[in-house]
Amino acid sequence: MTADAPRGADAPPELVQLLTPEGERVEHPDYDIELTAEEVRSLYRDLVLVRRIDLEAVALQRQGELGIWASLLGQEAAQIGSGRALTDADMAFPTYREHGVAWCRDVDPVKLLGLFRGVSNGGWDPVEHNFHLYTIVIGSQALHAVGYAMGIQRDGAEAATIVYFGDGATSQGDVNESFIWASVFNAPIVFFCQNNQWAISEPLEKQTKIPLYKRASGFGFPGIRVDGNDVFACLAVTRRALQNAREGQGPTMIEAFTYRMGAHTTSDDPTRYRLADELEAWKLKDPIERVKAYLFKNQLADQEFFEKIDAEADALGKDVRSRCLALPDPPPRAIFDHVYAGAHSLLDEEREQYLTYLAGFER
Amino acid sequence: MTTLTLAKALNEGLRRSMEDDPKVLVMGEDVGKLGGVFRVTDGLQKDFGEDRVIDTPLAESGIIGTAIGLALRGYRPVCEIQFDGFVFPAADQIITQLAKMPLRSLGTLKLPVVVRIPCGGGIGAVEHHSESPEAYFTHTAGLRVVACSNPVDAYTMIQDAVRCDDPIIFFEPKRRYWDKADVDLAAPGLPLDRARTVRQGSDVTLIAYGPMVKTCLEAAAAAEEDGRDIEVIDLRSLNPLDVDVLTESVTRTGRCVVAHEAPVFTGYGAELAARITERCFYSLEAPVLRVGGFSTPYPPSRLEDHYLPDLDRVLDAVDRTFAY
Repeated sequence: MTADAPRGADAPPELVQLLTPEGERVEHPDYDIELTAEEVRSLYRDLVLVRRIDLEAVALQRQGELGIWASLLGQEAAQIGSGRALTDADMAFPTYREHGVAWCRDVDPVKLLGLFRGVSNGGWDPVEHNFHLYTIVIGSQALHAVGYAMGIQRDGAEAATIVYFGDGATSQGDVNESFIWASVFNAPIVFFCQNNQWAISEPLEKQTKIPLYKRASGFGFPGIRVDGNDVFACLAVTRRALQNAREGQGPTMIEAFTYRMGAHTTSDDPTRYRLADELEAWKLKDPIERVKAYLFKNQLADQEFFEKIDAEADALGKDVRSRCLALPDPPPRAIFDHVYAGAHSLLDEEREQYLTYLAGFER
Repeated sequence: MTTLTLAKALNEGLRRSMEDDPKVLVMGEDVGKLGGVFRVTDGLQKDFGEDRVIDTPLAESGIIGTAIGLALRGYRPVCEIQFDGFVFPAADQIITQLAKMPLRSLGTLKLPVVVRIPCGGGIGAVEHHSESPEAYFTHTAGLRVVACSNPVDAYTMIQDAVRCDDPIIFFEPKRRYWDKADVDLAAPGLPLDRARTVRQGSDVTLIAYGPMVKTCLEAAAAAEEDGRDIEVIDLRSLNPLDVDVLTESVTRTGRCVVAHEAPVFTGYGAELAARITERCFYSLEAPVLRVGGFSTPYPPSRLEDHYLPDLDRVLDAVDRTFAY
């Protein structure tokens, strides 16, 4: 395979891994992490809850309650590990699949669902959560993140920016321009690439001939490949990269080597382009099972704990579902709201005309 | 009163904006030491430093994309796109992000980004250096689009644009950069979204913006010798459009000609003709006529005098409105 990126069971040798798929802790010479039992249980809880939100969202789409949904199934560890590495002052720029990072930034999951239900194109306050709006145009947010990081530099603030994107996005001009900008201005940013092996139907080798993390060296900053299904490793590597950024050491690219276990979105049919064997191989590397095994083996959690988390997940699923179904459609006049910050004569005229037209039906 | 070229008036306006608000940044290709290829940012880096006057890598999408990020962090970037024909690599960031992000945020985010674009032809340049891309941007909701035509307006309009909380495409008529006028640096300008009647007349309304305003004023002066009294309106703002000023004028004159450098077909003049027809139908003595570029790419510079509407072509259109 030209891209040095086996999509099957074998992990590439240069991968930073701290927790094996079997739940064994392993040492890494450059990255290690000390986690209390409580911290590990908390990560496990995050992983389970975001998977549950995701499953509920897929179900809601299947029942016609969402227009579409982009599932994060399989990418929970990459998102929770990196998301929990952020401090409150750090800023995150997501794609449209970062439901796990949104969870870490305390964004109400129902607001994510609202976007896919069509009640708004965003819906949460990015400043309140330091979590930017979902960006649907592939790779556009990488430049926003670098610009934001340049603002942090100018403010002299103790903070960093993280930007999420996928393997497909690495082919976009904007992502490559963002690498250049970040490098030249030594911006405090972490490029977090979730390489989930597939850009809809196109496998990684359609995007690259070298491992993605090696791209960074050509732009003049370090690149690291981490086991994207290992929440410990994702946390450790991202934490270090963010700290380096805050300390003025410039950007880092992290390639989280993972797998999109579901479809690209609910509109996609992966059976047309990939083999079931591949999915089966990755199921053995599930990001949640290995943490569960680790907790069990080391007697850091008992059955009661796992049952409690499952019950919490079920309750969360129900809550998300009922609040999603209760989301009101916005009023017609909302079409005209917030297009401009200031008054705009054309829009004011169109709003008035349309509302008058609508009022005509009520007589 | 200070005598300034249009380029220098923009420079003074930018300087004033940067003095007034430490969050104002200037960014673009060659805007630092060189002062921009048209010297609009001359001396600003020397006085405000490299952190506020940023020489960027040579990538237009990167300029706009990072400006958006800086705006999200509370800055007010003024971006220079070096030439009109080079804005297209940035079109995605402008159209899909800059224009739409405030709505996406339900008003929680503001993007006070100014995108300065030298526009239009008439300087004998090579391909991609003489274009008039305004209609691409006036068609994009979420953007404000303005065009200055003279040093007095340039000085206040750039400051108003920087103060505005909405993203603005700011067109500068490059063949008029060296035109001079007396500018009162203390005088307030007309609000940014207002058109100005630059010459009063009673026979026909001539509507223009940017580089064509001067051409239309010259045409009006020439027509006066033939006994024709032409009113000239400088739109200044293309989006929003100050349609009331146009309506009042055309209702009075009964005739209207629109002039711009961009191709006539689905150009900005088409919108003007439609709106004026809707508003002034019973006052019109003739259809609204348009003068502009042909439905061709901008020609090699040895042919540009044929492409650009000049005084004679404007007056020919005026004559044709009297033939109805």
